[in-house]
Amino acid sequence: MHAIGKSVRELSVGPPTVRSMTDAIVVEGLVKRYGATTALDGVDLTVAEGSVLGLLGPNGAGKTTVVRILTTLLVADAGRAEVVGLDVQQDADRVRAAIGLTGQYAAVDEYLTGSENLEMVGRLYHLGKAEARRRAGELLERFDLADAANRPAKTYSGGMRRRLDIAASLINRPRVLFLDEPTTGLDPRSRLAMWEFIADLADGGTTILLTTQYLEEADRLADRMVVIDHGRVIARGTGDELKAQVGGQRLEFTVTNAAVLPDMVQRLRPLATDEPHVDEPGRRVSLPVSGGAEVLAEALRRLDGSAAEIVDAGLRRPDLDDVFLALTGRVTEETGEAGDEPVTAVGSAR
Amino acid sequence: MSALGAAVEDGLTITRRNLVKVRRVPELIVFATLSPIMFVLLFRYVFGSAIPIEGISYAEFLLPGIFAQTIVFGSTITGASLAEDLQKGLIDRFRSLPMASSAVLVGRTVADLALNALSIVVMGVTGLVVGWRIRSSIGEALAGFALLLLLAYAMSWLMATVGLLVRAPEVVQQASFIVIFPLTFIANTFVPTNNFPAVLRWIADWNPVSAVVQAARELFGNTAPVLEASDVWSLQHPVLYTLLWSGVLLAVFIPLSVRIYRRTASR
Ligand SMILES: Nc1ncnc2c1ncn2[C@@H]1O[C@H](COP(=O)(O)OP(=O)(O)OP(=O)(O)O)[C@@H](O)[C@H]1O
Ligand SMILES: [Mg+2]
Repeated sequence: MHAIGKSVRELSVGPPTVRSMTDAIVVEGLVKRYGATTALDGVDLTVAEGSVLGLLGPNGAGKTTVVRILTTLLVADAGRAEVVGLDVQQDADRVRAAIGLTGQYAAVDEYLTGSENLEMVGRLYHLGKAEARRRAGELLERFDLADAANRPAKTYSGGMRRRLDIAASLINRPRVLFLDEPTTGLDPRSRLAMWEFIADLADGGTTILLTTQYLEEADRLADRMVVIDHGRVIARGTGDELKAQVGGQRLEFTVTNAAVLPDMVQRLRPLATDEPHVDEPGRRVSLPVSGGAEVLAEALRRLDGSAAEIVDAGLRRPDLDDVFLALTGRVTEETGEAGDEPVTAVGSAR
Repeated sequence: MSALGAAVEDGLTITRRNLVKVRRVPELIVFATLSPIMFVLLFRYVFGSAIPIEGISYAEFLLPGIFAQTIVFGSTITGASLAEDLQKGLIDRFRSLPMASSAVLVGRTVADLALNALSIVVMGVTGLVVGWRIRSSIGEALAGFALLLLLAYAMSWLMATVGLLVRAPEVVQQASFIVIFPLTFIANTFVPTNNFPAVLRWIADWNPVSAVVQAARELFGNTAPVLEASDVWSLQHPVLYTLLWSGVLLAVFIPLSVRIYRRTASR
């Protein structure tokens, strides 16, 4: 949002966006070491009040460490962190009263029922007995746990625990909510439901810092994103800005028979803004283009009369997986052992 | 609300939470009730048949000892439960809340105190059935129970510190048994110490467990002339010596464990 005026290049590294009076979270030069491991190596970020920031990064990038410091659980070795204008170290108690935390691993008391869990947290926020109970009931309803309210959380499924955990972090109507990988381990349906909950909260004005390894998730929920790797910010901006970094859109065709590909390239080359890419085993041709749907229409016209039997045709915008690959030269999956594969030219990633 | 009022309220909230768990986890009830019954019966009839003590029945000699042994063992629950809370990420949740930083530890130790009190009641009733008698006044008897619980409470804070540092419930349990077994056996708990080898005798004489057992025997009136305690200071002033130990343990481990808690994160 603040960054819109800047060029894409600047966005990829430069300083964080200018600090505004209404930033709910301000982090400057955060450093955290564990023995020889440097978990955070000078992280800067800001989150505007009422917005959603997606903190992206692969395993071990330092996402949880950032969340822990901002939620007062850890003390940074250097740097400064403020939440709702309060220093997380000096004013820890007031920060705690203003935030909600859903950690990476559900922190619910297995032996207590769903409603006992929420009431306990409400009491610890000093809501008073009646209000804690009322609020617990409300949240159980909202998170679809009313039927299980009186069962020990031990009997809950992973998705239910996760929802209970989020409900617990909302008891006190936090101004700022921290969600550390809120959908990891959820099935696709629960994930969708969780996205809706989070989107609702954001609509209600809650400032949210959300960590995730799912680029689609950040793309969908976050207003802005910060990508970290090895404890450093490697990119920041809106989803669109990040995507723009890996280049524009591409036209892709998949056919039944690879033999027709050279002929297709011949026919399509005039539309391409750069060298087309042929993937023989994948029976696919992909060419960088500019323009919208009319390019696709034009391409199809040009293919008229060729022997190609097209099984898939489309105008594809790069997704954040492409962004990550372009930024780090690695894929985001844990299989990313292929870690040191050189950074491919921007735009031709994959 | 004053800071102290809030701290007390938070402590009670956590105590309640821990007691709910006791109700829902059968193993804990078994640990707190059935095993003390078993110990009273086993010692009473197995050792009791072989250890005649002149002027007093073995049941009367045994009960103060077994009270002490059971509640000292009970303190391991404090450490193991805290380690479990750490492992399950609950401490992270609590630490992210604007609650008193003493509350989790206070709530833990107070719940364990309640559990210990329950064990004592169960053992006491079992003891009465198999021949134990209180031969003093009600006041003295209550003082005896209070002293036992005080030492147990102080031990709980020691174990709380261990639990926060060790972080693995099973390890806390096993490691502390290695310490607590000798602590409760190299003492006057189950047999008179008169015939111990010199080194063990010295340890037993200064062992706070011996002192609390001696104090309880005196306060319950479970003594006999033949059991005349060693003339070491600790056993000549067992109540004072027990109070001293409890005071020192509390003074050291309450602040220490709260400090550790403040900077402990689950993973
Ligand atoms: N308590 C700790 N002791 C030692 N090293 C730690 C500790 N906590 C984190 N680290 C290290 O710090 C780095 C960052 O860890 P962090 O948990 O913040 O990563 P993350 O981005 O949350 O990863 P994931 O996606 O796996 O949750 C990692 O290299 C990790 O091994
Ligand atoms: Mg993490």
